[in-house]
Amino acid sequence: MQLWLDAVFVLIMLTNLSLLAASRMRLIIRAAAIQGVLLGLLPLLFSLEGSLAANLGFSAFVLGIKGLGFPWLLTRTCRRVRITPEIEPYIGYNFSVILGIVGLLVSLWLEHRLDLPVRVSGLSVSAAFMTIFSGFLLVVSRKKAVTQVIGYLAAENGIFLFGLSLAPHGPMWLELCVLLDIFVAVFVMGIAIHNIGREFDSVDIGAVDSLKD
Amino acid sequence: MLLPAIIIVPFAAGVLALLIRADGPRRALLVVAAGLHLALSLFAATHDVPPAWGGLLIFDALGRLFLCLASILFSASAVYALGYLRAEEAGPRPDFVEGTLFVNAPEARFTACLLFFLAAMSLVCTTRHLGLLWVGVEATTLASAPLIYFHRQRRSLEATWKYLMICSVGIALALFGNILLTAAVGGEAGGVQSMNVADLVRRAADIREPWFQAAFICILVGYGTKMGLAPMHTWLPDAHSEAPSIVSALLSGALLNCAFLGILRVVEVGAAAGQAAFAMDLLVLFGLLSMTLAAVFIVGQGDFKRLLAYSSVEHMGLLALGVGLGGGAVFGAMLHAVNHSLAKAGLFLLAGNILAAFHTKSAHDVRGVVRVMPVTGVFWLAGFLAITGTPPFGLFVSEFAIVRQAMLGGRYLVAGLMLASLAAIFAGFSIAVLRMAQGTPPPSFRRPPGGERLTSIVSPVVLCAATAVLGVYIPSSLTRFLVEAARATGLPLGGLP
Amino acid sequence: MRALSAVNLLLALGLSPLLLGIINRTKAVISGRSGRPLLQVYFDLAKLLGKGAVYSRTTTWVFKAGPIVGLAAVLAALAVLPLGGVPALVAFPGDVFVLVAFLGLARFALICGALDTGSSFEGMGASREAAFSALAEPALLLALLVFVSRTGTYSLSRMYVWPGAGDWLASGPVLILVVIALFILLLSENSRIPVDDPNTHLELTMIHEVMVLDHGGPDLAFILYAAALKLWLFSALVVGAAVPTGLGSPLLDELAMLAGMGMCAVAVGLVESTMARLRLPRVPQLLTAAGAFAALALAILGR
Repeated sequence: MQLWLDAVFVLIMLTNLSLLAASRMRLIIRAAAIQGVLLGLLPLLFSLEGSLAANLGFSAFVLGIKGLGFPWLLTRTCRRVRITPEIEPYIGYNFSVILGIVGLLVSLWLEHRLDLPVRVSGLSVSAAFMTIFSGFLLVVSRKKAVTQVIGYLAAENGIFLFGLSLAPHGPMWLELCVLLDIFVAVFVMGIAIHNIGREFDSVDIGAVDSLKD
Repeated sequence: MLLPAIIIVPFAAGVLALLIRADGPRRALLVVAAGLHLALSLFAATHDVPPAWGGLLIFDALGRLFLCLASILFSASAVYALGYLRAEEAGPRPDFVEGTLFVNAPEARFTACLLFFLAAMSLVCTTRHLGLLWVGVEATTLASAPLIYFHRQRRSLEATWKYLMICSVGIALALFGNILLTAAVGGEAGGVQSMNVADLVRRAADIREPWFQAAFICILVGYGTKMGLAPMHTWLPDAHSEAPSIVSALLSGALLNCAFLGILRVVEVGAAAGQAAFAMDLLVLFGLLSMTLAAVFIVGQGDFKRLLAYSSVEHMGLLALGVGLGGGAVFGAMLHAVNHSLAKAGLFLLAGNILAAFHTKSAHDVRGVVRVMPVTGVFWLAGFLAITGTPPFGLFVSEFAIVRQAMLGGRYLVAGLMLASLAAIFAGFSIAVLRMAQGTPPPSFRRPPGGERLTSIVSPVVLCAATAVLGVYIPSSLTRFLVEAARATGLPLGGLP
Repeated sequence: MRALSAVNLLLALGLSPLLLGIINRTKAVISGRSGRPLLQVYFDLAKLLGKGAVYSRTTTWVFKAGPIVGLAAVLAALAVLPLGGVPALVAFPGDVFVLVAFLGLARFALICGALDTGSSFEGMGASREAAFSALAEPALLLALLVFVSRTGTYSLSRMYVWPGAGDWLASGPVLILVVIALFILLLSENSRIPVDDPNTHLELTMIHEVMVLDHGGPDLAFILYAAALKLWLFSALVVGAAVPTGLGSPLLDELAMLAGMGMCAVAVGLVESTMARLRLPRVPQLLTAAGAFAALALAILGR
């Protein structure tokens, strides 16, 4: 089981790097979708307590929302505002990837430093920290509104993973409520992006800066 | 079933508002739902209410205080909305900054979002489960974002986006903090982990210090973003200045308090875990930072809605500072929350009246408010005196309580900084407000037909009057209520009555 | 053991052109052609060695030295390369850097030779080769450092005892990263698709081929043979990481290794048949990815 868990964590780290390296909308959304699917597999591998049916249901729900729902919403938004396919980063892709690696190193160091309260898998906390870091990096380093949303999602993915590894006995209804909240958040953000595309003729956040002191 | 009703009534009314086609009945529904919610909240606040949903919903003194505040403000806003929505009826209208045409969002959607917003705030106030609290706070963001984009033009859209993005990311950090907090008390066995504040307090003895401190910082920064503490406040002036005035009033008077409630819940856990000093120092730091930063931006501020928004940053700083100082200042902070909510909501509603008549948010272009709109003008002045903490208004009393505690505790630097910021803010405010109130209106100004609407005046007048009353007389029942709320923070209160 | 090491070296010298043959045959089969004979590279080498060389009057001794130095450097690098758990003929602490340095020397000689012709065309190829190898070399070192961190030695022969079958069971997912990184480096360093197309003669896209346009006869044979040896060397690095040793008898290990080499060549052929060449600006990203994989593995395993 540990081997499979490690495989998933390594893959999650790789999806983080590909989120940072992706130069096209299509690619970054695909990377986010793969990350969502991987996270959907985790509840099964973590062998949470509770019945198999409940775990299966939870897993399917996470997979459905993170792996299918979000990519669908994002793709729909991109199509509706006829977004240009380039990502337009403020910092280059190679540099982003290097920053991602640095983030991983810091995460590994942090995991090493923390005395983890419960017995958690070797890589899960590092993978969570790295995902959160990559998410925040995407939010601040990419110009388009859609990529900011993807960064927000990645950060949420990291927090989800962190919660799953540190507090695996938390109530399931809570996780579901949180997921629902985030789903609505992405939905509302999608509507906002649609309107931004209509009002500003671009979804470049750099152009949206008339309000300041 | 009372507690679920407090959440479900506005939610159901919101769904209903989406279904009703005609404007008249829908506006009536808004007012009726607001009134019903107010009645339920006041009843629940004055009676013993059993917990519901297996202990998830539970009403404590802090929740009561903030729920009643939210409900009162919502009712006031609902009455104001009657006239406001009639004046804002469909059809393109010119944007007074850029001169382009824009339309409003559908009124049904606006009303529904208002009610959902109330439902989400009620959820935040009635739960002591940190996870559910987080869900509620995120829901307030989502319900209120469409409200800011009521006027469908560029600037409000930009404000909406900033609000959504900054608050969502900030609140994500709070979720992270919640997980850290669970891990902090989790213990090696990883036993049953509940995020109920009561459970956390009970197990506070074996809380692990560094984990709690990390959790507290994350939650303070996370909810602090939503609360508008500097330096995470950047969304606040934009959202408050671009939203319709009733929304600004609710955001400033009710929503910011709800975010503060999230911080207070963790402070309670910290106090039980012997980490009160750590939490209080951080609160003082963020409080002072917010006050000084607000003072810097208020002086010379040319936009009167942004002026009010920065004043909210200042007062949130004061709340954090009050709780951070402990002792009598905690009581002062609770009283201050009440006073600030009433006064700021009243001021935002009055600002809405001025905006509607003068078609500008620039404090330089508005002249002679007292002459053309006597009631609005006079209360605008009164509200200014109230919000800057001038006697005899209630904010003077609460600010005095906070300064007094700082002096008593020997923290003269804190007191000095606070007083200096207050003085600067008074100066900044008076320049803008006095110029707006006095003089003659610009030649281009056309008096609105029919003078001042009753619905637009009655709410702010009542709110401002209430602040004035609280300055000279605090009912003993309210005092008891506030003391209970201060006790509920779990902080050392010293010689509180 | 000594004898086996010598056999390994002889195998490398003898069989390396066959790897190129296998790659070509794989590509041919996939695209439905019968293709060149498996031993075509040997025939080419024999033909070229039998020819004389023509030298341009603008070239100097640098041009003539290029292929010879290049072949010599690759041969020297082969001497420290272990195969199938058998240590190399020469093994000492730090020989991993020697390997990388000899590969660099071979490239340097070739680049100098290309620049010496004075043709802008070859200069362009040289500059590309230099730019990409500047990215590939750190990635290669990072990948090899993973071995160093696990075994605590800087000698290739002792490093490549790792990973055994047990390591694969314990940390398989991370080991795959190392293998992928090494494989990407193999493709890049040996001018295969998707980095460079060994068959193209379209000037805008060539990297390696353009540098050797002016060479002919025995010089070209040296370059061709050095390239085959380099492919063998990188395949050995990949296969050594991917195939666990210690199966029981040295013979079994040896056979497993040779089978692995064949598989590796087939894999290269498959990649070449299924992928298109990357645009030049994308190549650094591929190499960064290889470096990222290696760094990831290093970070995780080196905890």
